[in-house]
Amino acid sequence: MFDGLSQKLGSVFDALTRRGALKEDDVRAAMREVRVALLEADVALPVVKEFIEKATEQAVGEQVIRSVTPGQMVVKIVHDCLVEMLGGEDEAASELNLNATPPVPILMVGLQGSGKTTTTAKIARHLQTKAKKRVLMASLDIYRPAAMEQLATLGQQADVITLPIVEGEKPVAIAKRAMDEGRRGGFDVVLLDTAGRTTIDQALMDEVTQVRDAVSPVETLLVADAMTGQDAVATATAFQEKVGITGIALTRVDGDARGGAALSMRAVTGVPIKVMGVGEKTDAIEAFHAERIAGRILGMGDVVSLVEKATENVDEEEAERLAKRMMQGQFDLNDLLSQLRQLQKMGDMKGLLGMLPGVGKMAKQIKDADVDPKMIKRQEAILLSMTPRERTQPAVIKASRKKRIAAGSGTSVPDVNRLLKQYQQMAGVMKKMKKKGLAGLFSGGGIPGAGLQGGLPGGGLPGGLPPGVPYRGR
Amino acid sequence: MSDPSSSDAVKSAGWLGRLTAGLRKSSAKLTGGIGDLFTKRKLDGAALEELEELLITSDLGTAMAARLTANLAKTRFGKDVTSEEIRTAFAADIETTLTPVAVPLEIDAGKKPFVILVVGVNGAGKTTTIGKMAKQFRDEGRSVTLAAGDTFRAAAVEQLKVWGQRAGVPVIARETGADAAGLAYDALNEAKGRGDDILMVDTAGRLQNKDALMDELAKVVRVMGKQDETAPHAVLLVLDATVGQNAHSQVEVFRDVSGVTGLVMTKLDGTAKGGVVIALAERFGLPVHYLGVGEGVDDLRPFTAEGFAKGLLGLS
Ligand SMILES: Nc1nc2c(ncn2[C@@H]2O[C@H](COP(=O)(O)OP(=O)(O)OP(=O)(O)O)[C@@H](O)[C@H]2O)c(=O)[nH]1
Ligand SMILES: Nc1nc2c(ncn2[C@@H]2O[C@H](COP(=O)(O)OP(=O)(O)OP(=O)(O)O)[C@@H](O)[C@H]2O)c(=O)[nH]1
Ligand SMILES: [Mg+2]
Ligand SMILES: [Mg+2]
Repeated sequence: MFDGLSQKLGSVFDALTRRGALKEDDVRAAMREVRVALLEADVALPVVKEFIEKATEQAVGEQVIRSVTPGQMVVKIVHDCLVEMLGGEDEAASELNLNATPPVPILMVGLQGSGKTTTTAKIARHLQTKAKKRVLMASLDIYRPAAMEQLATLGQQADVITLPIVEGEKPVAIAKRAMDEGRRGGFDVVLLDTAGRTTIDQALMDEVTQVRDAVSPVETLLVADAMTGQDAVATATAFQEKVGITGIALTRVDGDARGGAALSMRAVTGVPIKVMGVGEKTDAIEAFHAERIAGRILGMGDVVSLVEKATENVDEEEAERLAKRMMQGQFDLNDLLSQLRQLQKMGDMKGLLGMLPGVGKMAKQIKDADVDPKMIKRQEAILLSMTPRERTQPAVIKASRKKRIAAGSGTSVPDVNRLLKQYQQMAGVMKKMKKKGLAGLFSGGGIPGAGLQGGLPGGGLPGGLPPGVPYRGR
Repeated sequence: MSDPSSSDAVKSAGWLGRLTAGLRKSSAKLTGGIGDLFTKRKLDGAALEELEELLITSDLGTAMAARLTANLAKTRFGKDVTSEEIRTAFAADIETTLTPVAVPLEIDAGKKPFVILVVGVNGAGKTTTIGKMAKQFRDEGRSVTLAAGDTFRAAAVEQLKVWGQRAGVPVIARETGADAAGLAYDALNEAKGRGDDILMVDTAGRLQNKDALMDELAKVVRVMGKQDETAPHAVLLVLDATVGQNAHSQVEVFRDVSGVTGLVMTKLDGTAKGGVVIALAERFGLPVHYLGVGEGVDDLRPFTAEGFAKGLLGLS
């Protein structure tokens, strides 16, 4: 539904082949597209305005470097600004603060259904398993049916202790009891889950401030849904003013929302986004990554996490070697074999593709293409039935050799042809890439098979990810 | 756990107060904005741009906001206008867009039971809405059964059971982890045997980009069709008013997978405006049946085009 920003900017700048410094008029024209893109990504209007101001200022007069188009240059500047406004890559800021005498109280607040209870259990589990803390959870939600049972069940699932439920006890009293129990039981952290509340519900806002005053939380996390629209500003501001928050937990990042609310909330409260919820299970929690969310807001796909996830499973050195060969246009069938093997290690392609919100068409193409593991196995068999010479010089593979290869691998000649065709397409793309850098990779021509994805990890991404990787897929 | 009446007490002044307070607050910025802009001012290009932006802050989306301002410009460009006039004009335009979708949920008494499947993303308000609707159906004298089709989330079954008690209707449930489609199948069988008027089936929240979960939902629909070809008779998609433009993809995908027949929007008692519903009305034309305006059992309102439009623009 959303076109990538770079694509839109591409059309703004289509007529523009000039080099040199970015002119104010051109930048302003481009920023109109940026503005719409941000609004469609649910960034709140006041934040959009502030952002555009800043990005324009930075872009005007900037020298366009030789290897990119002016449109790509603007995307890069916009992306960098976005990352900065989201809190940059300051990882320390997004760490939970546990610097206090234990038990350290952490208060979870937010609107109804935003994910507080689930996130409470996730954080508890994370602190317990990764940071080796002793954690106690308590539910102060005396309103929602079965809210306390929900936390208790999650506690059981995640092996985290929950405060025993006492019928009829009020939230402030529960909070105090939780802290007492935390002290008595030698807990390091006490997580307090609260009922959902709208910010105009005076009685409930008063209640949560009383809880705050009773326990003086070291962290007060606003739990907010990544799908939130323009209301993000009103809600974040109200929680900030009335309760005081120290961080944001962004939930449902596993969805396909563009997530502009993250930028809005970060901008209006000034507090960092500390964690992201990426699923319903208690282990589905991740540290915040500004780059990732920036790419998503711009509709450029979650490039970074795709790359990260891929590299986790892929042999780095091998990927680098392949990348180098690709860049030099030397990619042969041995490399394809190696790539197929890496691809097998990468696991669920669909999962990876799901992270690319802006590339629906391409994702579909890949989904429809040959990514099923059986197919990869078959292709591997074909490649293994070739002689070393055939793999380094695919051109020698003519009809009789094809027959032999098909027989040797238990496949058919059309199967062999398909693989060779796929290889040729890939080699074509590699050549383009060699000429244009990564940009060439996404312009025109479909994605040949799945092999390409396997090559992405090390491939052409030297020194971290390139803001504004020009994602000009069409 | 407290009883519902005391929770309602804490949550202050009754639904009407909350709805008006909520809508007033949610429209405060929009209308305040229009007010600031126009005590009486010439409707020029700059003014139109600012109006368009104000509409965007209610989640109407850029396209719908542009359309509404363009319509306004058609008749009033260059004229001196007051904020009241602008609000009235917008409200009228929005009302026109919403009128075709402001359709109450019809229960076909010929179906026994009339099966209502409730779907949506996580935390949207499905279970709560089922509880509220069940209470209304009971008050109308219909026999209702609830099926606890969320067999995944912690304490989802217990939550629906409490709602069953509040509404005074039975709940068919299995243990957490059971097969949702199997439960739906058996529940329909049981409700049929009893001659119930209505069966409401809760489902686990799911994000529309999760293929496996959407397949599971399609299966729930399919197996009920085996019991009764025409079931489910209504599939309600519950949307949270705080949602932004992602609502478009929610409607599109849930419609394609589960045959959504109508929408419910919840949490309109907060600061969120739910303006995306206007764009959804135009794009999908799906009926909007109810609005959720609080957490109490009576906090469910029928959707009306005029009420929503005026509420959004702070007109009474
Ligand atoms: N997909 C996904 N679902 C989530 C995530 N976090 C929470 N959920 C789901 O969202 C729904 C609501 O989560 P809860 O933790 O109950 O939300 P809450 O804020 O405690 O809700 P209230 O207490 O009613 O205000 C549940 O179905 C959760 O499983 C997430 O990061 N991703
Ligand atoms: N203020 C307000 N809260 C609501 C409304 N409808 C539901 N809620 C609250 O929103 C939260 C989530 O509601 P649920 O009914 O559990 O939502 P769900 O869609 O069933 O959630 P999952 O099953 O976890 O996906 C609860 O705290 C409800 O009390 C409403 O109209 N207004
Ligand atoms: Mg909760
Ligand atoms: Mg539910």
